[in-house]
Amino acid sequence: MSKAKANKAQLAELFRSFIEPEFVITDDETLKPYECDGLAMYRTLPLIVVLPETVEQVQRVMRICHEHEVPVVARGAGTGLSAGAMPHKEGVVLSLAKFNRILDIDPLSRTARLQPGVRNLAISEQAAPYGLYYGPDPSSQIACTIGGNVAENAGGVHCLKYGLTVHNLLSAEVITAEGERITLGSDSLDSCGMDLLALLTGSEGLLGVVTEVKVKLLPVPEVARVIMAGFDSIAKAGDAVGGVINHGIIPGGLEMMDSHAIIAADDFCGAGYPREAKALLLCEVDGTEEEVSEHIAEAEALFRELGATSIRTSKNEQERALLWKGRKSAFPAVGRISPDYYCMDGTIPRRHLAKVLLEMEKMSEEFGLRIANVFHAGDGNLHPLILFDANAPGEFERTEAFGSKILELCVAVGGCITGEHGVGVEKIRQMAVQFNDQELQQFHDVKAAFDPLGILNPGKGVPTLKFCQEYRSLEHKQQRHEQAGAHHG
Amino acid sequence: MADQIDLLQEQVQHARSNNRKLNIVGGGTKAFMGRTADPDAGTLSLAEHTGLVEYHPVELVLTVRAGTTLAEIEAILAEQGQCLHFEPPHFGEASTIGGTLACNLSGPSRPWAGSVRDQVLGVRLLNGKGEHLRFGGQVMKNVAGYDVSRLQAGAMGTLGVITEISMKVMPKPAETVTLVQDMAMEEAVSYMNRRAGEPKPITGACWLDGKVYLRLAGARSAVEATAEQWQGSIMEGGEQFWRQLQDMRHAFFADRDAPLWRFSVGSAANLPVMEGQWMIDWAGAQRWYRGEAKLGDLEPIAKAAGGQVSLFRGGDRAGEVIHSQPAALKVIQRRVKQSFDPDGVFNPGRLYSWL
Repeated sequence: MSKAKANKAQLAELFRSFIEPEFVITDDETLKPYECDGLAMYRTLPLIVVLPETVEQVQRVMRICHEHEVPVVARGAGTGLSAGAMPHKEGVVLSLAKFNRILDIDPLSRTARLQPGVRNLAISEQAAPYGLYYGPDPSSQIACTIGGNVAENAGGVHCLKYGLTVHNLLSAEVITAEGERITLGSDSLDSCGMDLLALLTGSEGLLGVVTEVKVKLLPVPEVARVIMAGFDSIAKAGDAVGGVINHGIIPGGLEMMDSHAIIAADDFCGAGYPREAKALLLCEVDGTEEEVSEHIAEAEALFRELGATSIRTSKNEQERALLWKGRKSAFPAVGRISPDYYCMDGTIPRRHLAKVLLEMEKMSEEFGLRIANVFHAGDGNLHPLILFDANAPGEFERTEAFGSKILELCVAVGGCITGEHGVGVEKIRQMAVQFNDQELQQFHDVKAAFDPLGILNPGKGVPTLKFCQEYRSLEHKQQRHEQAGAHHG
Repeated sequence: MADQIDLLQEQVQHARSNNRKLNIVGGGTKAFMGRTADPDAGTLSLAEHTGLVEYHPVELVLTVRAGTTLAEIEAILAEQGQCLHFEPPHFGEASTIGGTLACNLSGPSRPWAGSVRDQVLGVRLLNGKGEHLRFGGQVMKNVAGYDVSRLQAGAMGTLGVITEISMKVMPKPAETVTLVQDMAMEEAVSYMNRRAGEPKPITGACWLDGKVYLRLAGARSAVEATAEQWQGSIMEGGEQFWRQLQDMRHAFFADRDAPLWRFSVGSAANLPVMEGQWMIDWAGAQRWYRGEAKLGDLEPIAKAAGGQVSLFRGGDRAGEVIHSQPAALKVIQRRVKQSFDPDGVFNPGRLYSWL
């Protein structure tokens, strides 16, 4: 294939021939809002931003970019937390913002057909009159879009019981790097051939651009009640999580907060959390009236038995909302006690919880940075918040190094470097810790099957092997240095 | 309990360097599925690559070698009050977890509990280069790298040899009740979908021989209360009925040579009722049809119902047996195959003649 390089002006002209000129953005001032996603520490100004409004236009954008080998970064609401939607400086940002329509809700088959720019929460709002809702509920659900949810395999609080995006997605219409329009999956629960829909979900915009999706909807539970239980040690709270699950109860949500997060959240919104507790569990049970009464009584008894120092159970919707308010505002609450914070996202087998949290406390002292923990306890997904000051010289670099150590710790105990935020640019170094070169090469080969020229979101998700070798050798040197230091000390 | 990975790896490398093909076989109970296996290919047996690698009941996660039988896994889980929630069909004592994943087989609970594909958290895989790779992990949430683990579901071994699987397991429901009532097929599809839209502990919805069967499972109080509210009489021996359905041992499936078609379609879709016998499972999303037909004639019917069709068992298995792929998807699947198995060592032509 002949490589026909085009400059910025030529590309813009090509796009303007079929997209309204004002939606082909080329000036720095208007490009500025697109320079980063929710992880604002990583920024790059793109060459051009386009906002197409039809699938045919998306297709044409892809064909032009493919022909000229121009990088394309698809973008939803830009709420991602791993710089997955950070632009490429020589590339085009393909915003799906205009694809914001809910195309159809079918209450009988319990499905919704959506354009990719539909907000996550809007799906449940539209489905509510039918007694239905959409399961995955990432914390950003008020703003994040379903297309981005597919790209990141978004999770949320209710995953243990209701699954991730991959479990709630029926089909996706995709424009490939080569500009082909394909549909992966169907209205049915499985499809013949390879499960490319599973591959697409969580692929961080590296395999295709989603232009339409169909999701499953679930019946809204009759009732939900939450138990708030305080514990005087992290280990006891961790045991209580295992205890509930071992008892055969799968909570709708099961969240844990450490003492720093408890106090910050309680100060922020007066949820009435036990401030002296070292760990707090929020255990939500949902289902039919009978089931919830049965399980709440059992879980309360279990928590008491396992050493809870305080227990409070919501008696009505108002109280349930109050108890959740502290957890839901944990991030802004922490934002109030520190100029900046950095939210990490690793997953661990739950049995290592106490060990990992203790280890993080130690690291916190070593790095001289405070840390607060909120945690999707049910599925082992940690969100350590490292508190720092971006204006203090060197503090962000230290924060990144600390974060990096946390992720490596997650891998060391059998977990992974990202539970739901994605690799993006942010965690690309740690991919070398989780995967060996053969595995990474296999990822590159899969990518090439969809995108032979590598124009979709280049530089994200999967690191080059050369980069990994350099990273590993640097790590190795550092370790040897530290060991030598320890001997001398 | 044996780790045979070195032996398996050696066999793959040997086959590759000698330009040989391999048919991957676990317990050999699913030989009837897919297209006829290549008679010139050698056999790569996983039957001895067995055993529990790790199981922590409180984590709800189990890791086993791929040749471990379903029966053995379920016995281990039962000791802890847990189960494989997706109710994999046992086509015999020897059915393995590896084959179950490769064929993406799940039972009556599938619309509510998810499929085997949904429960997989990680796999180890021997690719066509003989490299033993690890994807995913043992945790519920993991978005590092592409989801190669779930890609194996339904690929019928064409991408590599699944050697180890980590999967989510769940507590056994405390109580199960089956409600049965007379109903015509057309009405049953809509009825089952309406019931599935209610926030009740439903885990099975099937229509057969003029009767609709609904299964309730979960907390005792919830099951009992719902059974009283809903129509239908409580069925004696309900558990046995669902077990027969799960393992396809029901009389409906008895004739193993006559063509058995599987329509996987939108749960509430209208599917023309062609002459023959029908069974509807998964609240309408899976419809079994017994009748003489051609795949090419059934494909547009399945497509109009939002899904696909395959010749599950019996009939002519030398031709294509599953729904055809559009040209663009054919290209991608060929390339994906190439990326895992560049020399086409594994299960040649088992999924499609062109793969």
